[in-house]
Amino acid sequence: MNLYAYASPATFYHLAGRLIPWFAWGAGLLTVWGLYVGFFVAPTDFQQSEAYRIIFIHVPAAWMSMFIYLVMAFWGAIGLAFNTRLSFMMARALAPTGAMFTFVALWTGAWWGKPMWGAWWVWDARLTSELILLFLYVGIIALWAAIDDIKRGDRAGSLLTLIGAINVPIIYFSVKWWNTLHQGATIKPSGTSMDAIMLQGMLVMAFAAWFYTIAVALVRVRRIILERERHTEWVKALLAKEI
Amino acid sequence: MPDEALLSVHDLACTRGERLLFKDMNFTVRSGELLLVQGGNGQGKTSLLRLLTGLARPDKGEVRWRGEVIQRQRDSYHAEMMYLGHANGVKEDLNPVENLRFAEGLQGRAFDEARATAMLERLGLARCLDLPCRVLSFGQRRRVALAALLMATAKLWILDEPLTGLDVHAVALMEQLIRDHLAGGGLAVATTHQTLNLDGMPVQRLLVGKVAIPEMA
Amino acid sequence: MHRFLLAVLRRDLTLAARRRGDWLIAQFFFVMVASLFPLGVGPEPEMLSRIGPGVLWVAATLASLLSLSRLFADDHRDGSLEHMILSPEPTVLLVLGKSLAHWLIYGIPLLLIAPVLGLQFNLPAQAILTLEVSLLLGTPILSLLGGVGAALTLGLRGGGVLLTLLILPLYIPALIFGAGAVDGAMAGTGSEAHLSLLGSFLVLSLMIAPWIAAAALRVSLE
Repeated sequence: MNLYAYASPATFYHLAGRLIPWFAWGAGLLTVWGLYVGFFVAPTDFQQSEAYRIIFIHVPAAWMSMFIYLVMAFWGAIGLAFNTRLSFMMARALAPTGAMFTFVALWTGAWWGKPMWGAWWVWDARLTSELILLFLYVGIIALWAAIDDIKRGDRAGSLLTLIGAINVPIIYFSVKWWNTLHQGATIKPSGTSMDAIMLQGMLVMAFAAWFYTIAVALVRVRRIILERERHTEWVKALLAKEI
Repeated sequence: MPDEALLSVHDLACTRGERLLFKDMNFTVRSGELLLVQGGNGQGKTSLLRLLTGLARPDKGEVRWRGEVIQRQRDSYHAEMMYLGHANGVKEDLNPVENLRFAEGLQGRAFDEARATAMLERLGLARCLDLPCRVLSFGQRRRVALAALLMATAKLWILDEPLTGLDVHAVALMEQLIRDHLAGGGLAVATTHQTLNLDGMPVQRLLVGKVAIPEMA
Repeated sequence: MHRFLLAVLRRDLTLAARRRGDWLIAQFFFVMVASLFPLGVGPEPEMLSRIGPGVLWVAATLASLLSLSRLFADDHRDGSLEHMILSPEPTVLLVLGKSLAHWLIYGIPLLLIAPVLGLQFNLPAQAILTLEVSLLLGTPILSLLGGVGAALTLGLRGGGVLLTLLILPLYIPALIFGAGAVDGAMAGTGSEAHLSLLGSFLVLSLMIAPWIAAAALRVSLE
């Protein structure tokens, strides 16, 4: 098997087409399972009552938001180092999903905060970091939107993702430091040690989020490939067949 | 070796946006030779020149200087190459002498003020030496840029439309400068829409794109 | 090598000296933004000294950002940026020189104005001293990170606003450590920890930002 063959957009287009249904169905099934565990099986938390159940969405979304950023930085670095077109396309395909999860994490954080502290927004270290992460995502997407030239956009966006990725740990540390100095609120996932069943629910939801991300990113990559390669013979043949 | 092949291009391809400008381009330029790049507007003349300078990276193929790919010897290639683009690279707030001073500094060389003044005077700027370039005409600013080009004493000149905005005297001067440069063993690559009278000098013509422009020799 | 760095520095300083108007605008902007806050939140001295460090830091950041979009744009327009990139000297040195020049032109004056504004905000002498040290360490970070933003947004529509959007999130640690140092000095808890973190951030930016900015500059010019 030649791994390089899969780095060619034409081959990858067909491979992605075969993979998408698997990941989409996987995401659906895992979500149903995860939500079932989270909302019906997991016991009610004695400190936080039913409201805590939002963490089954909040925590996986927050994990994904950071992880997707790192994956984007990885693809960007690969693209810059080896000049592979597909890696830049992957980075572009992931960004909207990353921003979406960041937004979900913020939104659910606010929903959780209201019953917990009686305020929609608390300058908690984690929420603040998520907010800054959202700024970073918006910056990258805005930069891509502003650059018309594909090659320049790919490289510029990857450089920005990279310097952001170097900066993210520092931002997280500084915000935490700032938070402890100002004695702000700190979210702790249920004061006691986490139940095994709660952990299970959360992990299942995290896998569901992963499958969803892969499925959506593959759909987007396919669209980007078609758009960028529309002058090549194989895309013309493909489109002619479909019409 | 007076006619050593110094600059060579191998299977070069260039796309802008989604349009293929040219592909499978091959040529060599020997010392003492001028390559005149011709073609209509938007056919990729400037793109080719930017590939030759190393400002742009080729999609396919390579540009070699003294037999080695230019990206692998950036420093030594840039030390021997000077580029004159559409924009002059002349700062409006500085006078011609100051402009040359900084141009030399940016090339990492020491500045010789007497030589710079002589150069500017030779190019007909004797009366403008202490005026900010803001008040100079376009052609005069172009001459300042030419002075910077001459100061550098580079082996290879890459000139994008060097005659734009120059009057008859300046065009004749430019022709003389190119002759001297070639006679001294230098190479030049130039694009121009205007007639360049270089009888007797070895001139190679290259057509970029499909649309030929009428012969102007 | 140092001759090249010096040439870049001298060139940008000379050009700034020929265009003092642009330079003054940035300084007045700093004064104006800082002066808006008392009008917005009220003149109580306790309140002002409470928010003073943060306000002055944010205002200094914005004032410095204002000029960053022109870091490479002017040279790009008249073509001299291409000549500088085509110099045999490394592009990293060019970026470093231009960032340093930006800091000398726009960062240092902020240090001179800040104490006066500190008095307006009822800051004690010790806090003003810490503010100066924190700005001394923090403003070069903005010039360095801003170089990356200016290179990435070179020649784009609405580049200035985009630059702000890209760079401000990256700059947050400097804001936190810088304003925190002044807070610490006022609360009597000491500011050494903050200042050394700010210093580390400066060193890290100095090691990384010029390389990324140089790469971005080549990408933008291609």
